Amino acid sequence: MIPGVGITHVLIVSTLMFFIGIYGFLTRKNLITILIAIELILNSVAINFIVINKYLFPEKINGQIFSIFIIAVAAAEVAIAIAVVIDFYRINKSIDVEHGETMKY
Amino acid sequence: MDWSYTIWIPLLPFIGFLLLGFYGRKLPAPVPGWIGTVGVFGALVLSYITAYNYFFVENTDMLYEPVKGFEMLWMNFTDVLQFKMGVLLDPISVMMMVVVSTVSFLVHVYSIGYMKGDPGFGRFFVSLSLFTFAMLGLVVATNLFQIYFFWELVGVSSYLLIGFYYEKPSAILASKKAFIVTRFADFFFLIGILIISYYTQTFDFITLNGMEQSTFASLSASSFMGMSVLAWALTLAFIGGAGKSAMFPLHIWLPDAMEGPTPVSALIHAATMVVAGVFLVARLFPMYSHVDGGTVLHIVAFVGAFSSLFAAIIALTQMDIKRVLAFSTMSQIGYMMLGLGVSGLEGHEGLGYTASMFHLLTHAFFKSLLFLGAGAIIHAVHSNYMTKMGGLRKYLPITHITFLIAALAISGIWPFAGFFSKDAILDAAYMHNKIYFWVGWFVAGLTAFYMFRLYFRIFWYEDREYKHTPHEAPATMTYPLMILGALSLVSGFAFFHIWPFAEYISPTGEPFHMHINWLLAGISIGVAILGIVLAAVMYMKKSDIPDKISNAFGVLYKWTYNKFYFDEIYMFVTKKIMFGIISAGWTWFDTKIVDGTMNLIGNTTVRSSQAIKKMQSGKMQDYAYAIVSGAIALVIIFVYIWTH
Repeated sequence: MIPGVGITHVLIVSTLMFFIGIYGFLTRKNLITILIAIELILNSVAINFIVINKYLFPEKINGQIFSIFIIAVAAAEVAIAIAVVIDFYRINKSIDVEHGETMKY
Repeated sequence: MDWSYTIWIPLLPFIGFLLLGFYGRKLPAPVPGWIGTVGVFGALVLSYITAYNYFFVENTDMLYEPVKGFEMLWMNFTDVLQFKMGVLLDPISVMMMVVVSTVSFLVHVYSIGYMKGDPGFGRFFVSLSLFTFAMLGLVVATNLFQIYFFWELVGVSSYLLIGFYYEKPSAILASKKAFIVTRFADFFFLIGILIISYYTQTFDFITLNGMEQSTFASLSASSFMGMSVLAWALTLAFIGGAGKSAMFPLHIWLPDAMEGPTPVSALIHAATMVVAGVFLVARLFPMYSHVDGGTVLHIVAFVGAFSSLFAAIIALTQMDIKRVLAFSTMSQIGYMMLGLGVSGLEGHEGLGYTASMFHLLTHAFFKSLLFLGAGAIIHAVHSNYMTKMGGLRKYLPITHITFLIAALAISGIWPFAGFFSKDAILDAAYMHNKIYFWVGWFVAGLTAFYMFRLYFRIFWYEDREYKHTPHEAPATMTYPLMILGALSLVSGFAFFHIWPFAEYISPTGEPFHMHINWLLAGISIGVAILGIVLAAVMYMKKSDIPDKISNAFGVLYKWTYNKFYFDEIYMFVTKKIMFGIISAGWTWFDTKIVDGTMNLIGNTTVRSSQAIKKMQSGKMQDYAYAIVSGAIALVIIFVYIWTH
């Protein structure tokens, strides 16, 4: 607990991170950038868990455990996503998401 | 005595059917035939053992009571509604199992030669084994439900075998016709069974046949058009039997059924399945003669006599040898029905019943012999039409002799098999009603004429030049012919003089004495010889007499040649009247309203999905937009609800 920093400040930061991530996910065309945006979303959620745990229920550790889970899942997800991106590149000779439109009706 | 082994009589062919059905088509040509034959041979041996035990070991006091060799509960619905399967042993079922297994065995052996080289060899024996199983199950039925079950099963196997050459459109049409006509008749049989079991609370034959006349009268108090409800039920059951036995006016399927392979015609459409109707009436005979004092038997006798005359007249003019034999079968079954119809129950009164069963036995032998002989001829000449034949006696000596024996037997010449049984039927008819006797007598003359017309046209007539010299059939075909020839020669004499038929088979199981009325026998032999002589004059050498006679008859000849236009009448009634007029409204309702509703539902679904499928653009970020905006919308809604 840092003096002068309340729960609201931290939540504002994490909310900003979350919506920056959403914005990046929706607007970027490069698959790698989209992946980074997803990381931002995940990390903002992790921060939320930690902060709420620390400020509201200091005697418990559930939030910390969940944030560790999120980090582990994010690592696994990145490994798979990078593999998908590499395969995508092999097929399309590009990592532009606009080229992945073949899966429609 | 333990009769439980009799269950193997129907089961052995069934095992053969299963083996052939699963593995038969992969086996090389003669093997499936021998597997089927072995199964039927097992049933044959067991049938003979059963017959010996039943007639000569167990019932030495000459009083033959029905016994249940085996019975099991198959479907148990309530305490009253129980479907059972079993083996009933009484004189007629034992006789029938001997006849069915004998003819079926010989036909199996014959078919190994006849079907050689046919691509459907394995399939043929599958159906044949199924048929043998079904027919044996039918004759040993202990109750109405079982007989109905196997009744339909023989119908199915008959359908499969008529349509055996499924690449021929005429065979498919014939198999459909046979199935629909007999199925139509079976519907009446089913209603009859339901009425009988509803009023008597039982399916069991022994119980039904053991009931007294007064019991039936008290059970069926209500009456309709002068007949009690049980009498109507028996009439409906007889309609079912008439359909299966090709009695007028449900006979139209039998001539077309000749599209099947000839051994099938011999087994199913001459010797066994078509007599199922006769067997049904005989099976319920005590009930038939008790209910309403035997009113229904008058219908049976009339239909039988009329069918026998009708079919004999048509047989005079047909040119396809198998069709002549088909109409001859119908005519002879008419005889059997007549015999049952004129029979009483007690003592010598039961002569008609005994005679009918006797004729069933001898007819099975000589008619299947005629068909198998016809098969050998067709095998040699490659045609069904007698215009393509003539002078064949030099090429087919064995077929010639056996065919002659069968023709003499069916014409009722002493001492061939047909003489004794036909004479007994005529005798019974004479005791009952003189008109039936004279009809039967006239039909005997017609029978002799058309059989010898066939015989002389095939084996004498003119010497022809054949493209391929006809040759005698292989041994698997000629041996069955010779065995059946021997049976046609001696079975009548043996079952009249050595083991008198009436001492074993009678309506009540009590023996009586059967004797020949030589006056009646004399005049029926006389008319038969007259028929043979006429046929010899007209057809032994090529002459113009037949043409002159047919021209003299003019329209009548044309009518009989076209089978009195019965097929056309049926077509008119079904196509024009039933489909065209009566069901036109229903057709409109079905195609417009019922189908229309279904099409509307289907088309609406297709159109709406086509309209919204553009939403699936394939762009991942479009979907993400939808998810995010949906989530935001949900958040706004929930916040709004919580804050108000």
